[in-house]
Amino acid sequence: MRKEKKNNSAPGPIVRGSGRYIRKRLRESWQWYLLLLPAFLYILIFQYGPMYGILMAFQNYRPSKGVMGSPWVGFDNFIRFFNYPYFWKMIRNTLSITLLSLATFPCAIIFALFLNELTNLKFKKVAQMVSYMPHFLSEVVVVSLVMLMLDLSNGPINNLIDAMGGERMYFMGEPGAFAPIYVLSGLWQNLGWGTILYISALSAVPSEQIEAARIDGASRFQVMWHVNLPTILPTIMITLLMRMGRIMSLGYTKILLMENDLVADVSNVISTYTYKVGILGGQYSYSTAIGLFNNVINIILLLAFNRLSKKLTEISLF
Amino acid sequence: MSNGKKKLNHIKNSKGDRLFLFIVYAAVTLVVLMCAYPLYLTIIASISDPYDVYSGKVNFLPSGFSVESYKLVFTNSAIWRGYRNSIFYTVVGTIFNLLLTIPSAYALSKKRMYGRNLFMTLFLITMYFGGGMIPHYLLFKNMGLIDTPWILIINGGVSVYHVIVTRTYFQNNIPETLYEAARIDGASELRCFFKLVLPLSAPIIAVITLYCAVGHWSSYFSALIYTHNQELQPLQLVLRNILILNESAYTDALQTGDAELIADASRQAYQALTMKYALVFISSAPMLAIYPFVQKHFVKGVMVGSLKG
Repeated sequence: MRKEKKNNSAPGPIVRGSGRYIRKRLRESWQWYLLLLPAFLYILIFQYGPMYGILMAFQNYRPSKGVMGSPWVGFDNFIRFFNYPYFWKMIRNTLSITLLSLATFPCAIIFALFLNELTNLKFKKVAQMVSYMPHFLSEVVVVSLVMLMLDLSNGPINNLIDAMGGERMYFMGEPGAFAPIYVLSGLWQNLGWGTILYISALSAVPSEQIEAARIDGASRFQVMWHVNLPTILPTIMITLLMRMGRIMSLGYTKILLMENDLVADVSNVISTYTYKVGILGGQYSYSTAIGLFNNVINIILLLAFNRLSKKLTEISLF
Repeated sequence: MSNGKKKLNHIKNSKGDRLFLFIVYAAVTLVVLMCAYPLYLTIIASISDPYDVYSGKVNFLPSGFSVESYKLVFTNSAIWRGYRNSIFYTVVGTIFNLLLTIPSAYALSKKRMYGRNLFMTLFLITMYFGGGMIPHYLLFKNMGLIDTPWILIINGGVSVYHVIVTRTYFQNNIPETLYEAARIDGASELRCFFKLVLPLSAPIIAVITLYCAVGHWSSYFSALIYTHNQELQPLQLVLRNILILNESAYTDALQTGDAELIADASRQAYQALTMKYALVFISSAPMLAIYPFVQKHFVKGVMVGSLKG
């Protein structure tokens, strides 16, 4: 201890990691810490605080006894979930909705590449403004619009079907239509918004490169395909990776708005089940266990895809 | 950049290019029409004659004219209350978000801050791992926040994504030489932040403000699980009851003697439909009116590249 003190007061180069170095860095940083403090405390209390509650997943939690006093049950809550008769059905419903929405992933890329090709800049600006618009509507409004558009007796879609001589259909109560409605309304809401990322990446394409290609006789399509697309490939990979990490977490708040008894067979997914047994049913431990299971699967998938991408393309999130 | 683009257009388009451009314009036009149509329909249906809407006659053009739906919507006290509550949650909640997000993003943009990577990692972990719904609920319950307006302001106070986006903006848009000049003038780090960085950050502050405001305005779920008191309901929850759960929107109109607005009982059924359209419009209008002003800065609000760095 004394020796260290002596070292510190000695003149000479500051060694990284020494007490003197740390003190110098701290003295330099305290004002930044002050700026960081509110957000840091918030994260500590409201993000890390609840992580303590995860212990409940391994207990039979009693609100009167708290996390400290509740009896431990090991993995019982998880086993109960795996044995739940609808377990596999919920997994299947979750996956079929996410895989369908993953299939719409290229749409925003194509739309961004197309927007980039527009030569009339005024039209381009209007097209962007209008296609961003649905993003600023709430989920409640989007689901209401879907219901109004698909209304059996007066929705425009059914009016069109009727005008073409088809049979009017109650789409919201059709199990086969549930996943497509969920995915397509999501696509409608976020297609324009999703292009921003790619448009920002496309602005990095050097114009000399495009010019050179054009002079060499490349068509506009060839420039888009061989110059523009490769430039935004890293951005596409990163976006895809982040999407993969959420493959099991659906927008359950939207599903809760869309579901009804007629489509219950296909609309029950893990995340809505967590809400129903936890908040509505009051089974705190069971719900926490299901949430934890879902979260862990998501992280495993994210890490796996991250690693795969690192190996194949040298692009990774971290 | 714009110079290069201009030159490009001088190169003659081949036949194939013209076909390609035609496809591009057609596709973009189609997307634009599809994005605009539901909103267009909302507006024309809300001012059309209720019976014509009810019988499916309003698809492309308004039919008749009536503002009764708007009148009826505004007789509903729950909608007024929801509107007022939502404005409060959005304004105060967004200010709370900004006070936490902008300073911390600045601190994390400082490579010299001791322990920066540790703090960054602690922030990033919460993007992928969390306690889940019930542990959050119990924490709020233990803090006595359930059924208070504060829960809807505090919940979601720090979005790590917004912090990262803002931090990246600071790193890329404020040159190091500016800081050096300020330091030579003897400015402290705090002074640097308030007098130098904030005035240069209007675009990113505008974008983050919009994101947070839209988030507060549009959310219904936290209100659904954290509040039970009807007085605290935000607009989205009122909308959900009327639009999705089909609760009657004119109980108040009937009670307060405005019943003459509704000619007869059978009229109620189709009036309810145009009221839904009117509600969709008046609840969405505030956010739709704001975003075009911030549109040119949207590109700054996205995260390109990996999370670290």
